[in-house]
Amino acid sequence: MSRKIRFIQGNEACVEGALYAGLDFYAGYPITPSTEIAEHLSERLPQLGGKFIQMEDEIASMCAIIGASLTGKKVMTATSGPGFSLKQEAIGYACMAEIPCVIANVQRGGPSTGNPTHVSQGDINQARWGTHGDHAIIALTASNHQDVFRITVDAFNLAETYRTPVILLFDEVIGHMREKLVIPEKGEVEIVDRLRTSVPKDVDYHPYLPREDGRLPMSDFGGEHRYNVTGLFHDMWGFPSNNPKIVNDLLRHLVDKIDNNVHTITRYKEHFLEGAEYIMVSYGSSARSAIHLAQNRRNKGEKIGVLELQSIWPFPTELVKEKCANAKAVLVVEMNMGQVLAQVKAAVRNPDRVFLVNRIDGKLITPTDIKQLLRVIQGRGV
Amino acid sequence: MPVKDYLRERFFPHMWCPGCGHGTILNALIHAVEGLRLNKNEIVMVSGIGCSARISGYVDFHSLHTIHGRALAFATGVKLSKPNLKVIVPMGDGDALAIGGNHFIHAARRNIDITAIVMNNRIYGMTGGQFSPLSGPGVKATTAPYTTIDSSFDVVQLAKAAGASFVARSTAFHVKEATEMLTKAITHKGFSVVEILSQCPTHFGRKNKEGDAVNMLNLYKDNTAKLGSKALEEKPHLIPRGIFVDSERPEYCEEYDKIIAAAMKEKAS
Repeated sequence: MSRKIRFIQGNEACVEGALYAGLDFYAGYPITPSTEIAEHLSERLPQLGGKFIQMEDEIASMCAIIGASLTGKKVMTATSGPGFSLKQEAIGYACMAEIPCVIANVQRGGPSTGNPTHVSQGDINQARWGTHGDHAIIALTASNHQDVFRITVDAFNLAETYRTPVILLFDEVIGHMREKLVIPEKGEVEIVDRLRTSVPKDVDYHPYLPREDGRLPMSDFGGEHRYNVTGLFHDMWGFPSNNPKIVNDLLRHLVDKIDNNVHTITRYKEHFLEGAEYIMVSYGSSARSAIHLAQNRRNKGEKIGVLELQSIWPFPTELVKEKCANAKAVLVVEMNMGQVLAQVKAAVRNPDRVFLVNRIDGKLITPTDIKQLLRVIQGRGV
Repeated sequence: MPVKDYLRERFFPHMWCPGCGHGTILNALIHAVEGLRLNKNEIVMVSGIGCSARISGYVDFHSLHTIHGRALAFATGVKLSKPNLKVIVPMGDGDALAIGGNHFIHAARRNIDITAIVMNNRIYGMTGGQFSPLSGPGVKATTAPYTTIDSSFDVVQLAKAAGASFVARSTAFHVKEATEMLTKAITHKGFSVVEILSQCPTHFGRKNKEGDAVNMLNLYKDNTAKLGSKALEEKPHLIPRGIFVDSERPEYCEEYDKIIAAAMKEKAS
């Protein structure tokens, strides 16, 4: 793969990232505004010997990629609001059975059918808690196409490293906007491949016995090791169990393997943060407006910056606390009713100085929208 | 290879009730696999949720015990991503045709090379005896105390209409016949459906006064007849057993390989 410059949609940048990361298998169902991911992969995957299948529904798409992951493939599906809701049970299965997979959710307005062709960032908490029961999850996002590419590669790397579903939380503006993308050469960006067991044939392989570092080497279906995979609580053999110790240990393992690695998983960018008195915390397409405003204000000498989150879950609490420690006020810029706001308030020392700047009407939040609230907070009137 | 070598003794004792027909079906399935001399490493059993679904844990193949109703969707991912694997999907009637009905018809439509076994006991056993879409009208169940008014699916006709290229029906009484059908289904290239009527004395039998397991098995003997038999001709109300469809139709994974070849060619040109 040579370095190529393209002018494409964010959804295509996601496709490029997935293919760069080694995607072998995609299953999906058409839904706005994520459909271009499926369309492009239906063309590109077979060219590379990979497989694309359009399933009968969103649930089946999620299930099919889990099945394909078990044969040793790198897998992905993409969807949007209603489809993301439908996939939740199977996402929980992938959490429980520890199956690497990537799910792109190009967010649109909800609830229900909502605002299919317009932007929203309303699925932040659904990405965290959409499936039932305690579990941990990784969710990543990006605000420009170069980062969409890069974060998609990261999503595959993290899915393989932690044996977990990874959610890509894009949004309609990022998905459909056209922008430049420079595709790195092969080897320029690190690719993590699956950790496979070194246990030889005819020696007992324990599919669910974590190593000391918490990782579990896998064995492909069709290989020498035959084992059971289940969504029930299970022992080291994958055998269903309701033994209280086994249940307790497994649930803690599922949560700890991700939450204890929050520092390694955290991805973020700083824009003009040095000495910033006013900090905007933002992500995805909202961050573009925040960055634009910060740039303008810095040019006028104002101390204002942006902390752009690229990993939302596990939430980078320590990072937010540290970066916002000296801010006079923190503005969380997002297109929902304050989903990341709640996390930021919980993270900082002075939650009373954290304010929500949002827009929920399907239109992209603008620098002017942010400016209006900033004036009030700065005591400069409306 | 002795039958016990196909079982995971660690997973026993099994969780089925005394008199359940599912163990007989497991027996038939293992004999079919043994007869075909299949390599255990090449078989993947994918199941959903329910009494029937537990069968996948008991066999020493690659086994994927998934979520309710979705076994065929998981199986489609396994098969398409590694077509050299033999994929067998045992399902209960509720699993296959209530919550899983959509996946059932679409797997049949694609004619993907998967063997689907519908272990039909006409009841939700694991949750304690609620009626299923295969119970049919006039059945008593914990959710139909005044009897059911729902019509049932005919699995054979449904599979046929949806495009399955091998469709058969047997019962837990006719073990040898069921074994032969499973053997043919596993060998068949394309989506194959084998419906096996399986007695649930605990929930269906008790509520519907069908007696114990032996009684229920005798009912399968009395209430069914071989396709093309004189008995069926004389008593057309009997449930027909046999192979209803055995045809050749393009198989999904093979067709996709052609897509790959075409896509590679187009890219190269």
